[in-house]
Amino acid sequence: MTATTHDPSRPAMTHAEVTRDIVNTLRTPSRGYYMALFAAIGMFLIGAATFVALLKEGLGLAGYNPPVFWSVYITTFVFWVGIGHAGTLISAILFLFRSPWRTAVYRSTEAMTVFAVMTAGLFPIIHIGRQWIFYWLLPYPNQRWLWPNFKSPLIWDVFAISTYLTVSTTFLVVGLVPDIAAVRDKMTGWRKKLYGALSIGWTGADSQWRHYSRGYLYLAALATPLVLSVHSVVSWDFAMSVIPGWHGTIFAPYFVAGAIYSGIGMVLTLVIPLRRVLKIEHMITEYHFDNLAKLTLLTGTILFYAYGMEYFVAWYSGNTFEQETFWRRAFGPQWWSGWTMIICNAFVSQLLWFRKIRRNLTSLFVISIFINIGMWFERYVIITSSLSNDFLPFAWGQMNPTWADWGILVGSFGWFGMYFLLFARTFPVVAIQEIKEMIPMPRRKGGAH
Amino acid sequence: MAKTVSGVLASFKYEDSAVDAIKGLKAKGFKDLTVYSAAPNHHIDEALDQPVSWVRAFTLIGAMTGCAAGFGMSIWMAADWPLLVGGKPIVAIPPFVVLGFELTILYGALSTVAGILILSAMKSLKGRAYKPEFSDDTIGLFVPCSPEQRGAVRTFLEGTGPEEVTEHGA
Repeated sequence: MTATTHDPSRPAMTHAEVTRDIVNTLRTPSRGYYMALFAAIGMFLIGAATFVALLKEGLGLAGYNPPVFWSVYITTFVFWVGIGHAGTLISAILFLFRSPWRTAVYRSTEAMTVFAVMTAGLFPIIHIGRQWIFYWLLPYPNQRWLWPNFKSPLIWDVFAISTYLTVSTTFLVVGLVPDIAAVRDKMTGWRKKLYGALSIGWTGADSQWRHYSRGYLYLAALATPLVLSVHSVVSWDFAMSVIPGWHGTIFAPYFVAGAIYSGIGMVLTLVIPLRRVLKIEHMITEYHFDNLAKLTLLTGTILFYAYGMEYFVAWYSGNTFEQETFWRRAFGPQWWSGWTMIICNAFVSQLLWFRKIRRNLTSLFVISIFINIGMWFERYVIITSSLSNDFLPFAWGQMNPTWADWGILVGSFGWFGMYFLLFARTFPVVAIQEIKEMIPMPRRKGGAH
Repeated sequence: MAKTVSGVLASFKYEDSAVDAIKGLKAKGFKDLTVYSAAPNHHIDEALDQPVSWVRAFTLIGAMTGCAAGFGMSIWMAADWPLLVGGKPIVAIPPFVVLGFELTILYGALSTVAGILILSAMKSLKGRAYKPEFSDDTIGLFVPCSPEQRGAVRTFLEGTGPEEVTEHGA
């Protein structure tokens, strides 16, 4: 019952082989897996220790320096929110477009989305100073019945991020249920009981598929505008103010393209080693990476255009504050961060025009690291360079990150990595049922599907 | 332990055999069939010919409720303590669109999941025979019928090319 395989999106496997190979990823993990997990836990502990120090001593430990009061923490917040976007693009938007290559990679990207947004959600709390009253952000009144200001983009952000976390978690969990049932049916002992409880009675009956398939389609349709809105709202945290370098109408599409670009960078960083560790190279092939790379090229080129347009508008506006801000981004005291952003994002992505590079996993992995670095610096440049030099030269000042900034940044990677690795060990990282849906079942009478 | 439902269970490795069996049973008047498959299968859907799921009603009602809640909350809270900020109107619709939109999506998604769970639970599968290979590479077809009918159903199913046919129930 081997399937026909000239379509590269469809693995040359039977349904039974798909179940077997994916269930095997959940068996005893390799030494490399444990090393990666311990490294992630170690990084997380560095972050946790730094957070305890921040709680004890206050935000003075971080590199906040007037007038720069949004710095590394908000940079990292935007970075992690952005990472999440590729997951929803691949799982929801490409689902609606019936793009077959998404099937092999969407589960891992969707998990990445949830954990990235969970990571991002920590940063506003770390950043606010008095972390123990973070719930003041929620829409309930103070003692004098004064409600939050719904005209503030910061409150929009609370709603956008919490909706995004809830909906992407829901989407991930709903997609997992049939796969957990498939794992349940292959396991024995306590694992069978555990996966049995998590599969909430799923049997793959027609009455379940009928509502499930419809519901999944609607979830994808709801997640699609959501993902475009979330980073737009994040961009409005900046664009709604009048700070030079922030007050731009291109911010929403610019941020959304950047988010998807950074997210796919992270997908490549995670999936290239993961497929090897889990021995699923035959399911996630060069074909899938080629398509991911094309998406990276597209979004990287949009970013290239946006960077150019920012400089053009600053020049064309005749506004001296805008011009000064953009001049300083390229030639000011932190010129190195501005050029890191431009080189890593605008120029490195252009290497992906070459098919040989798109299909070479080593080069793709190296490019993905450049993307991660470049996109973190993009947010750092946007945030700190604009705040450093606004309208009043006597109030100008530079931001210099301290150990407390780096400690939390390292911790965030550990926190994210820890969840991702535990997920990859516990749940199928390739969607069993969707892969099977693509492989036609054998027919006694023969003939095409 | 749920009471076992009386009926016949057939396992199929071939899709067209399962589809033929479903069509044949429907022609004989068996409406309450349960077909198990590891993935959605449009040939089986066509053979079963079921109406479109009502999940869409849950999605629509949830989304509309969310939209009303988002606008309602922000308008009511702004009007509850009118505080003029930056000369902007107390009730300013453009910024409240963000709240309306986010809650539309949130409520729509959550009610969609509730819809899947509620509608799936409306047809009880308790006591119906199931085999673990149905989540792997085999299509299962369970035909609920009285003990007297089981022989005839079994004979029919055996003629459609299954891997195995078993009878269930007291």
